[in-house]
Amino acid sequence: MAAPRIIVVGGGLAGLAAVIKIAEAGGTVDLFSIVPVKRSHSVCAQGGINAAKNLKGEGDTTDKHFDDTIYGGDFLANQTPVKAMCEAAPAIIDLLDRMGVPFNRTPEGLLDFRRFGGTLYNRTAFAGATTGQQLLYALDEQVRRHESDGKVRKFEGWEFLSAVLDSKGQARGITALDLRSMELRSFHADAIILATGGTGALFGKSTNSVICTGSAQSAIFQQGAYYGNGEFIQVHPTCIPGEDKLRLMSESARGEGGRVWVPRTPGDKRPVKQIPAAERFYFLEEWYPKYGNLVPRDVATRAIHKVVYELGLGLDGQPMVYLDLTHIDRATLNRKLEGILEIYEKFVGDDPRDVPMKIFPGVHYTMGGLWVDFNQMTSIPGIFAAGECEYQYHGANRLGANSLVSCIFGGFRSGPIALEYAKNLPDAEGDGGHAAELARQAEINGKLLNNAGTENPFKLWRELGESMTKHVTVIRYNKGLKQADEKVVELLDRYKNVNLSDRSQWANTSFAFARQLKNMLELSRVVAQGALLRDESRGAHYKPDFPDRNDEQFLKTTKASFTGEPAGPLFEFEEVDTQFIKPRPRSYTAAK
Amino acid sequence: MATKTVRFEIKRQANPDAPAVWENFELEWRPGMNVISAMMEIAANPVTADGRETTPITYDSNCLEEICGSCAMRINGKARMACSSLVDNLEQPIRVEPLSKFPLVRDLQVDRHVLFENLMAVKAWVPVDGTYDLGSGPRVFPQQQEANYPLSNCISCTCCMEVCPQFNEGTGFVGAATIAQVKLFNNHPTGKVFKEDRLRALAGDGGIQECGFAQNCVEACPKQIPLTNAISDVSRDVIIQKAKDFLRG
Ligand SMILES: Cc1cc2nc3c(=O)[nH]c(=O)nc-3n(C[C@H](O)[C@H](O)[C@H](O)COP(=O)(O)OP(=O)(O)OC[C@H]3O[C@@H](n4cnc5c(N)ncnc54)[C@H](O)[C@@H]3O)c2cc1C
Ligand code: SF4
Ligand code: SF4
Ligand code: FES
Repeated sequence: MAAPRIIVVGGGLAGLAAVIKIAEAGGTVDLFSIVPVKRSHSVCAQGGINAAKNLKGEGDTTDKHFDDTIYGGDFLANQTPVKAMCEAAPAIIDLLDRMGVPFNRTPEGLLDFRRFGGTLYNRTAFAGATTGQQLLYALDEQVRRHESDGKVRKFEGWEFLSAVLDSKGQARGITALDLRSMELRSFHADAIILATGGTGALFGKSTNSVICTGSAQSAIFQQGAYYGNGEFIQVHPTCIPGEDKLRLMSESARGEGGRVWVPRTPGDKRPVKQIPAAERFYFLEEWYPKYGNLVPRDVATRAIHKVVYELGLGLDGQPMVYLDLTHIDRATLNRKLEGILEIYEKFVGDDPRDVPMKIFPGVHYTMGGLWVDFNQMTSIPGIFAAGECEYQYHGANRLGANSLVSCIFGGFRSGPIALEYAKNLPDAEGDGGHAAELARQAEINGKLLNNAGTENPFKLWRELGESMTKHVTVIRYNKGLKQADEKVVELLDRYKNVNLSDRSQWANTSFAFARQLKNMLELSRVVAQGALLRDESRGAHYKPDFPDRNDEQFLKTTKASFTGEPAGPLFEFEEVDTQFIKPRPRSYTAAK
Repeated sequence: MATKTVRFEIKRQANPDAPAVWENFELEWRPGMNVISAMMEIAANPVTADGRETTPITYDSNCLEEICGSCAMRINGKARMACSSLVDNLEQPIRVEPLSKFPLVRDLQVDRHVLFENLMAVKAWVPVDGTYDLGSGPRVFPQQQEANYPLSNCISCTCCMEVCPQFNEGTGFVGAATIAQVKLFNNHPTGKVFKEDRLRALAGDGGIQECGFAQNCVEACPKQIPLTNAISDVSRDVIIQKAKDFLRG
């Protein structure tokens, strides 16, 4: 048999990690990415990466990391893979260190760690406030090394459109679009790893990069893959509101001592620095004395919502609260947080070393994703998934700094498993389905390009984002969720009438976007309907009408499958693996 | 009350062989507006200032927070990142054109692949033995970390290359960003095993000798990478390396 061929789609941390493992095991990889891999969304991660290395004499252990992660995720994550991840994390940090990541150091030259949300331990390694950038570059450099040895071929500027499936439903390759020449092609592969990141764009504005549309996941879902826990979307408590994007103000700001507050008097007119401590409402510290400003994100986000919308204490009546670093000296701030402080300075114009930042929650992370088994394989044989695009490691709420580690761990695991799978795959019958899939894609493209409608795809997308943000984020009511789903159905209908103002066949960004939009719409139904079905509150999913967790009915993974019917996806529920830690009530008002 | 507007002049070119044309746009002003958010606005309503229908503009962007390095272009004549170019800080009409030193793809999109090739040529990586668990990395003191971290912040935007008088087809010069990465990896306790290779890669035509120390690069860099510093350090090392190689014969 010929040497196995693996395709990795996505060159963020998860994709690059997979590529490195395959190349190291002697395999060859074709790596596809919309953007040059070094510009992937992982580059945005700021605060750090978790591993219980216990270098601060606190008695931290990988078991405690495991417990914090499961508890933080409100017991929805399957425990076997999470346990394995936490156990592997310290060696992952060591490896990144060996690859040259400029992690911050202690005076003795060891790795420094800081505290993040949802834990009482200093467990987060960091490189200033640009940790994701530094990790992505380290992996990018290793991949470039393998590329120079001929083990990796990069297809940057190519967009994955669909999987090629043979008559038995096994993966045999992919179809992809060259975003410059608009050429449509199919590529052979014996195994595929999808590492295509998050889905922030379903909500219009988010902290994600613009290409985080979930289009690839949705395409696979529509080809038969299960989508898991789609309703779990993380809204990060501290973002800078913006017209084009919600820029994140990392949890590390609070990890380094940042405090969240509002004036006790609504509309207090005094200059902020003249408001005495007694007249400041440090609501997280008052409500959660043990964890304070470092409660998990879902808890902090709901608290800010309450302060703004129920207590009417938003700054100047606006949906904003202070995140204050001004009590920390400038040198420390620069050494540990400069990257994010610069973002605030550049985009808002104020220096957060002098004045408290004004922040508000924003859509941030996709806990749900492609359903995978413990071997990172989706329900389509031969298609694996790793990183934010899969559902496995974070349950109902992700802890800060756990994503980077889950991406690298998932990537590392998926690579060798995919290679093994590929080695044992019998040859395809006929052309493995390539001609049929190419024809299907060519038809979709032709139709879209020649559609004589009136709807602008970018406007449809705005409407989607507004509706999803309003109804399917922090506070969810069944009535609103129904409205959100109906809105998606309306948009799907109007999509049939879409009109590209650009019909050219060269670097046509509207065309690529319109294709993604269709997939975003299909995936939005999974999120909205999944939320509608789950009549309980768990982690990031909060329904005032069902304020408690209901383990009996809903300690279950949601699995959605595509039907193509007007009613939308089909849902089923699967038992959660809780063999190591017995589910217990989750509360952060005291130490757990 | 008339709404406040923002005027743009954007250079359009349908493909590398098509003629370039300027199009004018007038958009409603919004708080915090930047050059990319303006172009998103145009995509949702692709009409020029004189009411003519046009196509959405092709450009590169991703993070919208000046960290991915995608959106470099010339704005009012200066090479800079479009996402962090707030319209309130720019003189109007805001003139937007593609970088001029790289092959044009369409409108504001250019092909900057050459930087990644240069990074490969100088082996800009740490040659680890493998990804299996080999224990912790070398000790690095905070002082060393603080010296290397700024170099590691380069976002590969190529602004430094765009503004460099020496960066052109005639010289084949690698540009400042690559030189700074050579310094970074030569400083690393493991990365330095390739130090000689890297210096030799910068020794010939198109290497560091092309640099005229004009310092345009350091002024244009959005990440304040200490480029002149890196260039003079690496330059010195290249000369020493050349002398060594000469003596070795
Ligand atoms: C602002 C911000 C800060 C964060 N900070 C932290 C932090 O401090 N700690 C932490 O643990 N987590 C953090 N996160 C989360 C973390 O950054 C992400 O979850 C993680 O980087 C995702 O990595 P990934 O490899 O799964 O995907 P990505 O890095 O998003 O990469 C996706 C890749 O897929 C490619 N792709 C997508 N679709 C296609 C397609 N159709 N065809 C071809 N290629 C495609 C893209 O080009 C890209 O290469 C942060 C997130 C944000 C938004
Ligand atoms: S110092 Fe001048 S010549 Fe040298 S790289 Fe910078 S801009 Fe170019
Ligand atoms: S050195 Fe500066 S200007 Fe040059 S590519 Fe890097 S970040 Fe951009
Ligand atoms: S969009 Fe990433 S740097 Fe501007």
